[in-house]
Amino acid sequence: MSAHTVPNPLPHSKGGRTHEPFWWSLFSAGGVVAAFVMPVLIFLTGLAGAFGWGAAQEAFTYDHIANLISNPLIKIFLFVCVSLPLFHCAHRIRHSLVDVGLGGIKTPLAVVSYLSAAVLTVFCAFVLLRI
Amino acid sequence: MGTPTTQRTIKLEVFRYRPEEEDEPTFQTYEVPYREDWVVLDALNHIKDTVDGTLSYRWSCRMGVCGSCGMMVNGYPKLTCAAFLRDYYPNAIRVEPLVNFPVERDLVINMDDFMRKLKAVKPWIIRKKEQPLAEGEYRQTPAELAQYKQFSMCINCMLCYSACPVVGREEGFIGPAVLALGQRYNLDSRDQGRAQRQETIFGHEGIWECTFVGECSTVCPKDVDPAGAIQMAKVQGAMEYMKTLLPWGQRS
Ligand code: SF4
Ligand code: FES
Repeated sequence: MSAHTVPNPLPHSKGGRTHEPFWWSLFSAGGVVAAFVMPVLIFLTGLAGAFGWGAAQEAFTYDHIANLISNPLIKIFLFVCVSLPLFHCAHRIRHSLVDVGLGGIKTPLAVVSYLSAAVLTVFCAFVLLRI
Repeated sequence: MGTPTTQRTIKLEVFRYRPEEEDEPTFQTYEVPYREDWVVLDALNHIKDTVDGTLSYRWSCRMGVCGSCGMMVNGYPKLTCAAFLRDYYPNAIRVEPLVNFPVERDLVINMDDFMRKLKAVKPWIIRKKEQPLAEGEYRQTPAELAQYKQFSMCINCMLCYSACPVVGREEGFIGPAVLALGQRYNLDSRDQGRAQRQETIFGHEGIWECTFVGECSTVCPKDVDPAGAIQMAKVQGAMEYMKTLLPWGQRS
């Protein structure tokens, strides 16, 4: 017989299922994009394109870029590049604000943070669709 | 205290709290002989044995194994048996009880809450059905051992609880060492108790409270890397959550 059948001794303050994994998944996916894709994009558009380094001189003409962005796959790519880091930031800001002592208004903080990210995500989709 | 001039000394500012005598904690300064090979615990033992027998603190092994001598040394959670005076000399050393715990007396903290959380994660091998003794031991390959070995090195010293800001502000947070220990058993090939630890590790007060500050892994004297264990568990937990969102997924 197993002696290890003690009941869970912690009082369950909050029951039910947590949805934190959902926000955390967006956070970590956004972190990956921000860490690996963003630097490349910043280099290409902000440095190489802006200063016309090497092949970037021809690649960054208006026509070429407009043509590129009208491709649906590129739109999806840009959408992911913008929206995921937005949720990454929202999550980080939400938790940092709790860390600096705003724990008393946790729920409003979460709502405002994620709602901002959601609004900006919708805006991003809107802009991309109009191109 | 008359010390010969040839004898080098070092000052220890020690947190004192005797609830039957005083309402507020105070600091008491002791001057102890300075020795290259002394650790803070040696200095405390010197005080207790020769200067002031009323000083209370916990210790046992003096070699970083038992996990009982954790204190704040100059504001940093440390095993006092591993904190050498020479790393602080000639400055004074401030010794306080571990933060984020109620103080019982002097340097002794109350660890009831930690013990309650520790028990909640069921840190032992759980089998659906124990196999009869005659069938021998549960065997494991070196690769299976490697899965959890690092997380099994924890000595329950609670330094990580003092280092963690989330432990400080969320009373219910299960905390680094206990979550790492939960993973230690969940990752053990002999264990079948994952479902019983689900609520404690993956519930509201478990891994999701962690904001990946990472201080727990910095202060850990045993290189357990509780922050790593928690991040691993988050990836697992997130995958499981996503599965429940699928139309054919099971909502638990
Ligand atoms: S994880 Fe490390 S710091 Fe935390 S209790 Fe265990 S040994 Fe101590
Ligand atoms: S006295 Fe045992 S760990 Fe320090």
